[in-house]
Amino acid sequence: MGDIRRFLRPALMPHILCPGCSHGIVAGALLRAIDRLDVAQDSVAVVAGIGCSSRLVGSLDFCTLHTTHGRAPAFATGLKLARPDLHVIVLTGDGDGLAIGGNHLIHAARRNIDLTCVLFNNEVYGMTGGQLAPTTPGGATTTTSPYGNVEAPFDACRLIAAAGATFVGRGLAYEPAVLEDLFLRGLRHPGFAFIEVISDCPEFYGRYNGLGSPTAMLYGQKRAAAAIDAPLASGASTLLHESDAAPAAVPLDTGVLVEIERPEFCARVRALAAGGKSR
Amino acid sequence: MNQTPQLLQGNAACAAGAIAAGCRFYAGYPITPSSEIAEGMARRLPAAGGVFVQMEDEIASLAAVIGASLGGLRAMTATSGPGFSLMQEHIGFAAMAEVPCVIVNVMRGGPSTGLPTSPSQGDMMQVRWGTHGDVPSLVLTPGSVAEVYELTVAAFALAERFRTPVIVLYDEMLAHMREEAVLPAVPDGGVPGRRRPAVPPARYRPYEADADGIAPIADFGSGYRFHVTGLAHDDRGYPTQDPRTAAAHQRRRLDKIASYQSVVAPVRTLQLDDAEVAIVACGSAARAAEEAVGEARRRGIRAGLLRPIVLWPFPDESVRRTAASVKALVVAEMNLGQITREVERAAGGRVPVVPCHRADGELIEPEQILACVEALCPAGARV
Repeated sequence: MGDIRRFLRPALMPHILCPGCSHGIVAGALLRAIDRLDVAQDSVAVVAGIGCSSRLVGSLDFCTLHTTHGRAPAFATGLKLARPDLHVIVLTGDGDGLAIGGNHLIHAARRNIDLTCVLFNNEVYGMTGGQLAPTTPGGATTTTSPYGNVEAPFDACRLIAAAGATFVGRGLAYEPAVLEDLFLRGLRHPGFAFIEVISDCPEFYGRYNGLGSPTAMLYGQKRAAAAIDAPLASGASTLLHESDAAPAAVPLDTGVLVEIERPEFCARVRALAAGGKSR
Repeated sequence: MNQTPQLLQGNAACAAGAIAAGCRFYAGYPITPSSEIAEGMARRLPAAGGVFVQMEDEIASLAAVIGASLGGLRAMTATSGPGFSLMQEHIGFAAMAEVPCVIVNVMRGGPSTGLPTSPSQGDMMQVRWGTHGDVPSLVLTPGSVAEVYELTVAAFALAERFRTPVIVLYDEMLAHMREEAVLPAVPDGGVPGRRRPAVPPARYRPYEADADGIAPIADFGSGYRFHVTGLAHDDRGYPTQDPRTAAAHQRRRLDKIASYQSVVAPVRTLQLDDAEVAIVACGSAARAAEEAVGEARRRGIRAGLLRPIVLWPFPDESVRRTAASVKALVVAEMNLGQITREVERAAGGRVPVVPCHRADGELIEPEQILACVEALCPAGARV
């Protein structure tokens, strides 16, 4: 294993994350997984949208594309189709990927294009100052739900699994070593791999919901996590956001939730060209 | 390309031009009246070794085009009004990140869903100012099926050379009409590609421009690692809040396209040399104007036509010169006066500028334009 600091751009340090933010833990696990993937640094491209997690992309010394809000999977689709030889990773957040960009995410999953998509779920819009996200638990206080959230949150993994992703996993910032393995399996998966990571925003979410210190929030993740490697299909799952109870009070499935094989999109498109299709 | 005349539809000519220009990536979303371009590319690209993908919407279409272009492919999308409105954010992104790409906007009646199967020139300003911020703008307006082909090829030449998005703008009439067309040959060696870095990867700065304001661009995965962002950035592509850096790159992005006339001449004219009344029109409206010029001449009025081929940057100099040699300008357009104000501005009050507009989903007719011309030239004053 090499020194993952070679994957960072010193010129863009210090990073812009707040003290106590979990995103750095997640990024570290991802870089260690890329290191273990053992491919040329030039063959890795990272595409991100807008938000705290997406902003990480600038700090990474790969071919990096910091796009518009929610659209990273669409940019990545074009890049991957043009250059199937590249390992294309998408970084997104819960607002970026599930609200404004939800359409692109489900269609990338449906196509089963060989992208590895990491969704940092901190249950809030952090960069804009703590507004309601499509993952914010029922009842939670945010700057745009000052009287408590009256909307139901998405379960990202169920959504993307239903859309057709051939690899779906969920991990916790609390368990970076487990997360690293999960990322590596996603990176090696030949198709659309979606990994949701529960990450914390103490500054704009925890603070307003009485969740305590950053450390206390991380322990809260562990308490909320139920089974490792429990298949989504088992029907026994109890997911994070199924009740309107207090935030993060319900167990959630972690580990690999879906891992199946289906023809990959770029290969099918390229087969048309190789077959010299013409009408 | 085949020098013999052929019967060809406008949208088919667009797809043929794109393939001839080396376009090898198309991402799009179905919308009338542009869908035949997508259909043509879906048929043609596999055999050309290229990639066609139908995306989930127009936002995604232009995103995929930009991603593919960064991967090194010449890339395009095509759409119409509603889809073009959705693309605005990514037109700005492509301009800001300086990613070559071609966007075809086949205009239909607007606003909103409007008149989907009817011609219009309602997007003359949206192509220029639709995205937020100050962006460079290169917009080409063909007036015949052969010109759709020719200017689609030119759009790729401009996009690759200036590292910027280029728009081809025409309307439903030209899109769906079939006419005899002789397609001009693409020069030997094809459309020149984008400028490549002359320095090794360690010294590459993706926004460090040469003296002409154009920065060489490397492909992702070619050994050059770099950052691309829609945030204001420095030479390295790294985000910056520094006002001087932001201003310098802002200015450079606008100025770098200054020599576009070396790729395509900004206007074409008809009987303008001795004209006392000049009609300014482009696209479908120019076809009606051409008829009107002929009929006016038969009636003893020395009319001529000034036809912008490059709509943006607006051909100020051509309009100014024309205004200096005629008694009046008539602006014929299928909207309620979008280009008229540009002509007034460029003419600078030298001569009257007479509006001749139609925006009801029907083509502007030669008779309407002729009436505007005749009103300027009382019967007794004619030659």
